[in-house]
Formats: sequence, C-alpha cells, structure tokens
Amino acid sequence: MKQQTVTLDATDRAIINDLQGGFPLSEEPFADAARDLGIDGHELMVRIDRMLKNGALSRFGPMYHAEKMGGGLTLAAIKVPEDDFENIAGIVNEFAEVAHNYARDHALNMWFVIATETPERVDEVISEIEVATGLKVHNMPKIDEFFVGLRFEA
Amino acid sequence: MSMEDDVLSNAIIGLDETDRRIIKATQGGLGLSLRPYDAVALEVGSDTHDVIRRMKRMLHAGIIRRIGVVPNHYALGYTANGMTVWDVDDARIDELGHLIGALDFVSHCYHRPRNLPDWRYNLFCMVHGHDRAEAEAHADEIAAILGDAARNHEILFSTRILKKTGLRLVA
Repeated sequence: MKQQTVTLDATDRAIINDLQGGFPLSEEPFADAARDLGIDGHELMVRIDRMLKNGALSRFGPMYHAEKMGGGLTLAAIKVPEDDFENIAGIVNEFAEVAHNYARDHALNMWFVIATETPERVDEVISEIEVATGLKVHNMPKIDEFFVGLRFEA
Repeated sequence: MSMEDDVLSNAIIGLDETDRRIIKATQGGLGLSLRPYDAVALEVGSDTHDVIRRMKRMLHAGIIRRIGVVPNHYALGYTANGMTVWDVDDARIDELGHLIGALDFVSHCYHRPRNLPDWRYNLFCMVHGHDRAEAEAHADEIAAILGDAARNHEILFSTRILKKTGLRLVA
C-alpha cells in the first residue's frame, strides 16, 4: 500500500482507541466525550476533523447494520484477467451498491462488499455485474458472524 | 444465524420515514459541530430530542452497530491486512468460529459458503499486522487453534483499495 503513516500524538491515540464506539447521543456529545479525554469538546471536534483530513480516520459517525435494517449485504469475488483489471474495477465500482472493493493477491483477485436496500436486490446486483463484466461473480453472504471488531490500537 | 439475529428477526424493528431520513442524513458520517444532532434534526424535519431518542432506539436494536471513529488501519501503520480463509469441518465451525473471533488480533470473523470448485474455504478471519510476517504469525496462531479441523488455509493480502465509500443503505 502506498499510503503514508500519519503522525499522531497521545491524545489522538486516545481518541482512536477510546472512541470507536460509545460516542454519546446527547445534545453536546463532543463536550461529553471529551471530558474523559481531558480536553474540551471543541478540541475533540478539531482533532477528529484533522484526522479525517489526514487520513488517520476513514469515517466518523454511526455505523449501521445492513441486515437489521432489512437490507442486504454480501461479500463477492471475481477472477479478473490481469490485463483487464483496471477496466473491470471501473465497471464494478460504478455500482452504487458496491461499498468497498479490494484487490487481493489470489486467483480470485477482486473482492467487494455489496450493500442493498432489500435482500432480493443483492442477487440482482450480482447478475447485473456479471452482465456488465462478462465474468462470474462468486457470492459469499455470511452464514454466521463470530466477531466484528472494534479493536484497533493506534 | 446467531442467537442475537434470531431474536431480532422475530421482532423486526419498524423503521418509519423519519428514521430512514435520519439514516440517510448520517450514513455518510456525522457533521462536525458541537451540537451535531441539531443539524440532523434540521435536515430531517424533526427536533434534536426526537433525533436522539430515535438513534438511541436504533442503537439498542442493533440497527446502529456503534457510533464513533473508524480508524484507517493503513494510515496507522497496519499495512499488512490479510484475509485468512480456512476450510473448516462444517460440524465444528460454530464452536471454532467463536474461539477465533475472540482472539484480539482478529477484527472480523465470518462463516461464509464455499464456492466449489473455485473456492473451498468457509471461515474468513481478518488479521492485521505492521508487516506480512506479523499477519502470518497471527495466521499461525489461528492454525494452532483449528488444528485438524482445518484442512487447508490461505492468506489473501489486500494489494490496493479500489473503492471505499462506506455503506449507503438508504438512497
């Protein structure tokens, strides 16, 4: 990966380690969350803003659970010919339902998450991607979830 | 399905139009102002207390998994992100999946279907390291726990992020 490692001070690290969940649902949540970190709400907000901009954070806010909202979610993979990789990546990424897409070093070399408003729509999107790319899409919806974690130590 | 999923599927939480507007307003992130739920309330045509009450309900119901920061592990120096995949005896995958999911270096752990003949693996565990050797050492620890129950495994390292928008669940 080409991405640069960013510089963080102790307070930034505390924010990353302590605030991956539990951001308050209150009128002044930054002030409430900042108290435990020994800073004020404004400083917490400024630090989160800076870390979103410098890439230390990829997101800030509520993380929704697709299936519990009645939506569909799956992991899918394609075996893409190397010389057509960029073209196929472009086609796949055009689909709004494709949330994340990673290149991986395997014969199945493109792995992406599909999130849809309804469970039925997952199969439709897979068919549409197969038509658009001319390639077989392997569908691997979760059967069971053993852990989805919070545990990144900065 | 886990027990938690069973309970919820028996009592699907009804989302009304205001809930869906709140999801739409916040699925891309929460705005950075000292009173961020005021802005959400304005956008969805409600008031701050109602937005907070509705989001608390969604949090308790598991519709919101959590609220907070999502670190970009690459930027934090975790550049070796391996999807370890295992061909595990179906009779033992529940028992073993819970053991592996409890390891502190595993960030996601799922049972997924095999896609034979191209894909024989049914247990997927994400491990993260500062380099590939560290991620591979984690895979070795998983292998030791799975023992004979795992017939084969591989680690698929990500070589590039092609897209990362976060989930867009409501259009």
